Amino acid sequence: MLKINNLHVKLEEEEKQILKGVDLEVPAGAVHAIMGPNGSGKSTLSYVLSGRDGYEVTEGGATLDGEDLLEMEPEERAAAGVFLAFQYPVEIPGVGNMTFLRTALNAQRKARGQEELSAADFLKLIREKAKALKIDADMLKRPVNVGFSGGEKKRNEILQMAMLEPKMCILDETDSGLDVDAMKLVSEGVNALRDEGRAFLVITHYQRLLDHIKPDVVHIMADGRIVKSGGPELALEVEHNGYADILAEQV
Amino acid sequence: MAVTNPKPDPLAARLAGLAMPDGGAWVQDARKGALDRLTVQGLPGRRDEYWQFTRPDSLNAPDPDAAGVFDAGGEAPVYGEIDRLKVVFVDGIFSAEESDPLALAGIEIERLAQAAASDIHWAQGFYGVLEERGQTPVARPFAALNTAFAGDGVVIRVTGKAAKPVNLIYRHENETSDALLHHVVKLEPGADLTLLENGPAAARFNKVMEVEVGDGAAFHHVRTQGRDHERQAVTHVFARLGAKAVFKSFTLTVNGLLTRNECVVELTGDDAVAHIAGAAMGDASACAFHHDDTVFVTHDAERCESRQVFKKVLRNGAVGTFQGKILVKQGAQKTDGYQKSQALLLDEDATFLAKPELEIYADDVICSHGSTSGAIDEEAMFYLRSRGVPEVLATDLLVLAFLADTIAEIEAPDIADDITSRLDAWLQRRRG
Repeated sequence: MLKINNLHVKLEEEEKQILKGVDLEVPAGAVHAIMGPNGSGKSTLSYVLSGRDGYEVTEGGATLDGEDLLEMEPEERAAAGVFLAFQYPVEIPGVGNMTFLRTALNAQRKARGQEELSAADFLKLIREKAKALKIDADMLKRPVNVGFSGGEKKRNEILQMAMLEPKMCILDETDSGLDVDAMKLVSEGVNALRDEGRAFLVITHYQRLLDHIKPDVVHIMADGRIVKSGGPELALEVEHNGYADILAEQV
Repeated sequence: MAVTNPKPDPLAARLAGLAMPDGGAWVQDARKGALDRLTVQGLPGRRDEYWQFTRPDSLNAPDPDAAGVFDAGGEAPVYGEIDRLKVVFVDGIFSAEESDPLALAGIEIERLAQAAASDIHWAQGFYGVLEERGQTPVARPFAALNTAFAGDGVVIRVTGKAAKPVNLIYRHENETSDALLHHVVKLEPGADLTLLENGPAAARFNKVMEVEVGDGAAFHHVRTQGRDHERQAVTHVFARLGAKAVFKSFTLTVNGLLTRNECVVELTGDDAVAHIAGAAMGDASACAFHHDDTVFVTHDAERCESRQVFKKVLRNGAVGTFQGKILVKQGAQKTDGYQKSQALLLDEDATFLAKPELEIYADDVICSHGSTSGAIDEEAMFYLRSRGVPEVLATDLLVLAFLADTIAEIEAPDIADDITSRLDAWLQRRRG
């Protein structure tokens, strides 16, 4: 589903190379995790895939089901099925959470040539999805992420994911700032979405999220490259020994 | 020795085409007093500090520039869903034919021309009085001109809770109309009125509204200006509040070559509350847009609260200005005054000019102001787009969000919804 080929990315404003040749393929139905130390380029990868400004691709590319992702606007990528769960979900005062989600969902449906969802159908759908994530009516009415706790923000990300039903879900440090219960709730939300047609790329610092969201493949990223790939046991290795050993092997 | 021509007198030229309307002795006294004030003040010039952001030339000119009549097509009228008493003015002249009968439980309402014809009337002692008070410390010549020469308008005395809102509807039919309207509203203690205004009024429009809010009375004012592009308007609201009185005024402005809205509020009774809010949206791509909010709030009693919340969304060369002042007089202890003026500049051609002022002579007060101008928040924009919302739609969502706290100043939910839907529709039309 997602193919990343020799991806080189630098910051637009300065001569700083961040990704130095990332190769990665995530097939439909699979869950891949990317782990790596701070500054290894994990978040940059997620931003470049979702179309954030400020980065320049100098070499290589990325496709979703064969289509060139990097040529698309962020909203086109979303309509094509890319979803990024933000590490720091953005607060938008004045825009109601419901209005936001309904606008997003209908904009995507429109872009895909589908009929827009009626207010009643939307309401029914969101209530059902919100309930599973323990998101109450008040949170839906409030402005997007404004006054939400860290855990509420992350649950809200997963609610958006559940509503928008993307093909390719990228989770950027979704576990950061979560307590044990919230992590469990968020993981359950993610696991409920796992199916054959959907792929996940889970970016995390720590192994503990991967206890809840079991990955098929674990990649270790360092200095802008994937330096090692393996099964779930690789995450445990990192947990026990840190990154130093793995990075030392590479030299 | 060469004889030099006498310097032309712009005020004389401005007044040449105006005639003082007829009326009883009391109203004529008020009008002559206003004319005297105007004569002393003269017309505002480019050097007047109070006009540093807005050029008064087209308001000073003897004749108005022609303004195309705006065709709203088949759009539903503003406040169309709200049960209201409609009072219609066409190019500044009351239209009995299009208005509802001037009768409503809780109020006495009549045409200014009719009230002015009486020898004795309650409006004596109100007409021109708050306007005159509002002339110090800053001169407002167009308000004096209005008091001197306006022949039409409404006078409303509110004795209880008005059974429904009164809606002043302004219609523009003549491309060169130069309209003056003067309204007087007096709320008796404990009375309650919602006053709605809407519609393009004239090619050039000068309106004054004087509002006396008695002890414990509440006045809610919601106004829409637009969508006529070539309008030139100068409006003044003068209000005086008694103890525990409430005054809330909201204005939505879209389009307009030149709009200057002045609001002068005096809190004279303890525990009074005054909120003044304005949302303006300007796109100068088809026609210039210049919008000026000039506000002066005087605290002259204890424990009063005042809020100024003004927001402007500007693009394609549109200009927005804000001059807002809070004056806290000696003895006005426990004053709570706040002023916010913000502009959202959607491109690099838009301009926002602001002069927030606080002048405080009491020592136990909370007063602050915040004035900002900025572009769309890039983080919020990316977040919305990453969820599939196209850039243009995301911009509009953020515009509505930006204006939301001005609309929050409207208390009646049905009226607030109506205003929001106008904004939404305006943005939607732009998107095409």
